[in-house]
Amino acid sequence: MSPHLILRVVSKLLIPMIVVFALYVQFHGDFGPGGGFQAGVVTAVAVILYALIFGLDAAKAAVPPSVAQAGAALGVFIFVGVGFATLFLGANFLDYDVLHPNYEHRSGQHYGILLVELGVLSTVSSVMLVIFYAFASRVPDIKDEEW
Amino acid sequence: MMELLGALIPSALAQHAPVLLVVVPLILSPVAAVMPNGRIAWVIALIGVAFTVLMLPPLFAGVQADAVMSYALGGWAAPLGIEYRVDALNLPILALVGIIGFLCTLYALPSVADEVDEGKRAIFYATFLVCFAGLLGVAVTGDAFNVFVFVEISSLSTYGLIAMGAGRDRRALTASYNYLVLGTIGATFFVIGVGFLYMATGTLNMADMARVLAENGHDRVTQAGFAFIVVGLGLKAAMFPLHVWLPNAYAFAPNFVTAFLASTATKVAFYALIRFLFSVYHPDVTFVDLSSTWVFAVVGTIAMIVASVQAVFQTDARRVLAYSSVAQVGYMMLGLGIGSADGLAAGLLHLMNHAMMKGALFMALGAFALNYGVSRVKDLAGMGKSMPATSVAFTFGGLSLVGVPLTIGFTSKWYLILAALENGWWWAVAALILSSLLALAYVARLLMPIWFENAPTHGGAVPKVQRVPWLMAVPMGILALANIYFFFHAAPIVNLARGAANAVMGGF
Amino acid sequence: MFDILADRAIYMPIIVLMMMGLYVVVATGNLVKRLVGLSIFQTSVCLLYITVGKVFGGQPPILPPAHHGEDHGEGHAAEAGHAAAAASSHDAPVHDAPAHDAADHAEPAHGEAAHAEPAVADTGHAEEAAHGAASHAQDAVQHVADAAHHADAAPVHVEGAIDGVLYSNPLPHVLILTAIVVGVATLAVGLALVVRIREAYGTIEDTALSAADYSAETGGRE
Repeated sequence: MSPHLILRVVSKLLIPMIVVFALYVQFHGDFGPGGGFQAGVVTAVAVILYALIFGLDAAKAAVPPSVAQAGAALGVFIFVGVGFATLFLGANFLDYDVLHPNYEHRSGQHYGILLVELGVLSTVSSVMLVIFYAFASRVPDIKDEEW
Repeated sequence: MMELLGALIPSALAQHAPVLLVVVPLILSPVAAVMPNGRIAWVIALIGVAFTVLMLPPLFAGVQADAVMSYALGGWAAPLGIEYRVDALNLPILALVGIIGFLCTLYALPSVADEVDEGKRAIFYATFLVCFAGLLGVAVTGDAFNVFVFVEISSLSTYGLIAMGAGRDRRALTASYNYLVLGTIGATFFVIGVGFLYMATGTLNMADMARVLAENGHDRVTQAGFAFIVVGLGLKAAMFPLHVWLPNAYAFAPNFVTAFLASTATKVAFYALIRFLFSVYHPDVTFVDLSSTWVFAVVGTIAMIVASVQAVFQTDARRVLAYSSVAQVGYMMLGLGIGSADGLAAGLLHLMNHAMMKGALFMALGAFALNYGVSRVKDLAGMGKSMPATSVAFTFGGLSLVGVPLTIGFTSKWYLILAALENGWWWAVAALILSSLLALAYVARLLMPIWFENAPTHGGAVPKVQRVPWLMAVPMGILALANIYFFFHAAPIVNLARGAANAVMGGF
Repeated sequence: MFDILADRAIYMPIIVLMMMGLYVVVATGNLVKRLVGLSIFQTSVCLLYITVGKVFGGQPPILPPAHHGEDHGEGHAAEAGHAAAAASSHDAPVHDAPAHDAADHAEPAHGEAAHAEPAVADTGHAEEAAHGAASHAQDAVQHVADAAHHADAAPVHVEGAIDGVLYSNPLPHVLILTAIVVGVATLAVGLALVVRIREAYGTIEDTALSAADYSAETGGRE
């Protein structure tokens, strides 16, 4: 039996649930504690857990470092891009009201917050992953077999 | 001229100028980060910085028309929303950061290509754009917590930029680490101070804070907040006992980074200090007035003398200039400590002049480093023959530091001496003259090897004149000539400084 | 004397943490431990903000569905329970009862805030609460929250669409979130630097590092 059998099985069960929980926290940010930063960290935790159990190479195959770096840039671009979109639509920077014509129910604010939180999610999870990959990829002093 | 340039910018852009100034470099940063090579990333950085410079004429026009340009972020009006305010105080700072940033970015292409690995250049330029946006954000915002956010944005990217010098000298890493620890402590002190202010006033908008403090008086919470804010921003501005991070950080960072930071980072922190001192707390309040006399003036005077003495004994050329920067910040602190509009104007004038001086000096050192790998003072031997144009630029900057007449250094020291005399502070005048003599000592230490010593001959060959890439030579030449030009045409800059001081002495 | 101490006792752990963090930064020679001390220091600041922002009995600052259209009903279903409970306990007419309840809530909150002058923000925010019309829901929430937080027996003249529910002030929480993110980023950059220092120097003890740097400098002198 593989020495880490329990860990592998349990993590295979848990990682999808962690991702779902991250999405829950992301969308729940409107109504309670949550939002982009927290969700981003939890998403990154899912991938980091995978890396810890199954090895760094497997994690890098699942979420390549280039994807993580691109995700970081993409998130900032989305956030500031929403601001530019509001500028192009004629209002002040990050004035979400113009994003949707339904002013009475403040749909513009909803759309705006959802989009910027999406950007935050992308950036935070990607940055956490990039940091993890950067640290974990250093050549170790003591090889794994010698522990 | 500003009106003409301002008319060229479409009004749709001009009305959003306060925010576009900050946001365009910020959005170009992730674009630069994913570029495949350094050259394209440099082009993107140049576009971002150029856009910021283009946004300056509308701001000049707006401030001339209205005295204050206010921009409500997100459509939420102040004091609830975050507001960006441009008035006569931060307009010169924005112009300074923008123009120096533009010149330094031009300078960057050959310099960074020499010092940073190819694979890291794209991220390097992206980090630079974030730092640039952060510094502009500190200068333009009217919300106290937003100042903290932008201070941290610019500081974190600065730590990264400084550490990029590790390719040449591994001491950049320890320098950046020490700056990180000290800078974070400073920023945290600042946020504690803002927290106290928030507790006392219930608002984060600086104009609103001033109104509430004026109505309700200054209790102990606001005094404690004041102390924390002064220490926090003083650390970022390299005020005397809190300056220990600066020499190593400037000495080991890549030359482009040093040229940019030396001209902008401490100046922006100094501006933030003035903003809090005069526009949130009122200068007539007892503890503010006392701190001006007993903290800023005293600390500035000590800095002028002690840091200049330390500069004389350094062996690394950039460390000499770094300690000199600490001394020059002391001049600015003295101007602030004098407490009158003339003193503040003199301090701000010195701020702008010093940016031009140090920009030229560090750019020249970078040019020396590009061609000859110069880092120590004795490496400068013989540069006068091998790189005459660069040596002339370096000389202009050095003479300016001393305060020789015909240079802008003389202008700002003159105004400082006048302001000190008006206040009756003979000891300050004596300190100014003493530190100018000390500046003569360390500048002479730098200039003598350049002009009066011969280059170490390798096999007896006569050193030929080495050319500097034009992208480096043009910005360096512009800044060096500015040192002389603005002595003869001092009016624009002196008026900017006076306008800034008067705007702030009259309340927010 | 004792009640003053008891009111301000919450600040003791904050100050202790702050000083512990600073002491660790100064006293340790290990670079990683220094960063840990820095994190403790930054955490204490977050605690400081939470302390100030605490409103006893405050609800999340979300308007109950009765004040929006039914479109928002499903989104706020989870909050309907909260709002209903809050609304039922504040059935009395708008002005006096909430002011009174708010004052009750505000008294212990005040002790926690340890204001020398609780009335400082009162004038500003009472006026603003009056101006805070229903058009800006978030503003009004914040106004009521601030007004409720800082009220002391002076009846807060609350207009607008809020009927007597005591809301938490979201602003300190936002400030803390920002401070936490900044702390995380600082820690990440610091640790990255430590990893690079370890690879470049072979050590992370700062006495060894200073010795190495000094010898590099003086070695280079010749």
